Amino acid sequence: MSDVIVIGAGVVGAACAYYAAAAGLDVTVLDRGPVAGGTTGAGEGNVLVSDKEPGPELDLALLSNRLWRELAEHGGFEYEPKGGLVVAETGEVQRQLVELAGKQGVEHTVVPDTELHGYEPHLADGLAGGVFYPQDAQVQPMLAAARLLRHGADSFGHGALRLRTGVTVTGFVRSGERVTGVRTDHGDILADAVVNAAGTWGGQVAALAGVELPILPRRGFILVTEPLREPLIRHKVYTAAYVTNVASDSADLETSAVVEGTPAGSVLIGASRERVGFDRTTSIPVLRRLAAQATALFPVLRNRRVIRSYCGFRPYCPDHLPVIGPDPRAPGLLHACGHEGAGIGLAPATGHLLAQLLSGERTALDLAPFSPGRFA
Amino acid sequence: MTGYDLVVVGGGPAGVAGALSAAQAGLRVALVDAGPRLGGQYFRHRAGSLPSGRGADRFVRQCRALRTRAELLLDHKVWAVEQGEDSVTVHVMAGQEERPFTLACRSLLIATGAHDRPLPFPGWDLPGVLTAGGAQALLKGEGVPAGRRVVVSGTGPFLLPVAAGLAKAGVSVAGVFEANGPLGLARHPLLAAGKAGEALGYGAALAGHRVPYRTRHAVVAAHGSSRVTHVTVARLDAEWRVLSSRTVECDAVAVGYGFVPQIDLAVQLGCATTHSADGSPVVDVDEGQRTSVASVYAAGEPTGVGGAELAELEGRTAGLTIAHDLASGEGGDPVPGVLRRRGERLRAFARALQEAYPVQPGWQDWLHDDTLVCRCEEVPVSRIREAMDLGATDARSIKLLARPGMGWCQGRICGYAVSCLAGERPQAPRRPIAQPITLGCLERIEDEQPH
Repeated sequence: MSDVIVIGAGVVGAACAYYAAAAGLDVTVLDRGPVAGGTTGAGEGNVLVSDKEPGPELDLALLSNRLWRELAEHGGFEYEPKGGLVVAETGEVQRQLVELAGKQGVEHTVVPDTELHGYEPHLADGLAGGVFYPQDAQVQPMLAAARLLRHGADSFGHGALRLRTGVTVTGFVRSGERVTGVRTDHGDILADAVVNAAGTWGGQVAALAGVELPILPRRGFILVTEPLREPLIRHKVYTAAYVTNVASDSADLETSAVVEGTPAGSVLIGASRERVGFDRTTSIPVLRRLAAQATALFPVLRNRRVIRSYCGFRPYCPDHLPVIGPDPRAPGLLHACGHEGAGIGLAPATGHLLAQLLSGERTALDLAPFSPGRFA
Repeated sequence: MTGYDLVVVGGGPAGVAGALSAAQAGLRVALVDAGPRLGGQYFRHRAGSLPSGRGADRFVRQCRALRTRAELLLDHKVWAVEQGEDSVTVHVMAGQEERPFTLACRSLLIATGAHDRPLPFPGWDLPGVLTAGGAQALLKGEGVPAGRRVVVSGTGPFLLPVAAGLAKAGVSVAGVFEANGPLGLARHPLLAAGKAGEALGYGAALAGHRVPYRTRHAVVAAHGSSRVTHVTVARLDAEWRVLSSRTVECDAVAVGYGFVPQIDLAVQLGCATTHSADGSPVVDVDEGQRTSVASVYAAGEPTGVGGAELAELEGRTAGLTIAHDLASGEGGDPVPGVLRRRGERLRAFARALQEAYPVQPGWQDWLHDDTLVCRCEEVPVSRIREAMDLGATDARSIKLLARPGMGWCQGRICGYAVSCLAGERPQAPRRPIAQPITLGCLERIEDEQPH
């Protein structure tokens, strides 16, 4: 019997398990697939503070940003604190960007149009300016998740963190109201608490416990170029439209340019958002729009080749806030899911706060805004 | 409805036969191929020459007939296909300049052939080490032999024509090393299948050039500094573990362990797949070559590797079925029983060959920790084993953690080996972009009107 079962071996589940083990708890992580095989394996690895409106999610992002830097010191995965450059097409948008940056209170530099090329030499001419956020970073999320699990297993004593892949949770074990474990296709596993870190599938896991979590898939595509010999793009570069798209409630297709290089030499190009269920069919019009937006920002990319594209499903909550904390409707069940497109960035803070909760400590941030109770 | 009744992707035996049968039935047909000439891999030939080999005369006649009856779009690459409401959209890049445009069609025939299935071994990334198909393409397509003294190794009947072709071109073939089959050339399955002429032809060609043919032997390592200068040839047990080894000098190696059917386009459209006897994912088709997706057909190697003769037959079957289906399915069975029965015989033979030349697991023992499995991303065996140790349980998650298959070839070269290392059957590849496409080309696709 473990103290905690974590459902989901994505980056959020890995962080929950890591911090719980660090707090001295015995943790078992279950995943129906391999490690990092869901949304974690389909993202860009964004660790952003720049795209958050002031409020609880920004607080979470800032805490997480600090924790990622600590975790990266363990090594074993790519972590690039390269900074993010948000660019504005018009003077009006630039004014809004500067205003947002002022309200966020996050470390930033306002970049006038004349200085944009100092940051990104290949950026298109004619942009109105931008804001640079030095804390924005990039991680290789799959390897980060796998390494966190391994590091947790190696560092905190034998048996403290156990990963079981290929195990599907089919229900919950209850003792009265209380959740006391999970039923799986490999038998029942008991624990004092169960953490639902099933990401986009978090709503389905919650339903097994008879509680509703309104988490919906919000599909995104990413284009990947051939490895470039010379790095053309230094930072994470995106347009102001990304900020509004992230916060949008529309089910329709929305796209904005997010462009960045990777240590392997490929350039990653996002981002699209649309609510179409779990449909994996490639949408050529979306790929075309992503290409057009990226080349508008970086004309130099026009003669570079795309060698693949992939899609994933962000766990979208109607109020755009993750679900973190105990579910009042099912004592013993905690949620750590619904981070939409920010799961990589917000994973360490999520795991850290849940571990504090599980070990009876006072949490470093107020979890009330993220409470599952808001759907009760 | 604008566009074509049928677009055929692939100009090898299956595609040409399919296009011709459909065109002769009165359909408006376009055939698209990435190469400059019809022929595919099997009938690859140099500019200004004609295809050669078994069945070449017939293929040439079919090509001539096709030219007047269908539109041939050569030097055209298909990078994606999409299912529309009442048509299939084929996204094409034309010529050297890669001009993007789309073709709309009522039916699509996928006849995209297969590519080599190599296995990694120490030194396989040295210049001078080629795939068997690569060596063959170089010789047939460019008239260039892979080297002056060449070793041919791997498994399967394809090694024979490769070695015979090289020997005929004046190359010194230092040996053909077949990892399977304790029986030798005299009991080759080609003979058992009544293909004595074919097998004896290759056998005689090899014997005439004094080329040694050794079964239960394989090249297990290649050596050299700037290019291959010699190889380690090992005697193998039935599981392909090394029993003893020796060194053979050479300046080129041609290695092939079967073929991987190219099914990217079928997977894009959501066609159901299955596995053939050699473990490859293939498109699942009915006896009329229909896939599980309406209006989409497949013929030749994408439905299972079976050689040029079966490919042609399947192409013909597909062409007849498509014409029948477009005519609202009237007029009984479109495929004559004699063709159907020949197809059954050829498929049984193909299956027997695949079963006679399996890939045995012992090859994994040939690898060193630093042997590259993925050459594009330079991923050694040790990193793949490390990913598995971290919780990657299948080829996809190994790719996510360790990057094999993330580079230029998108796993076409290393995918099979990675699946074997993961201990799973290769899964149907998800490649939404079947050919690299420039961002400039991709952003222009909707500016172009359907052809």
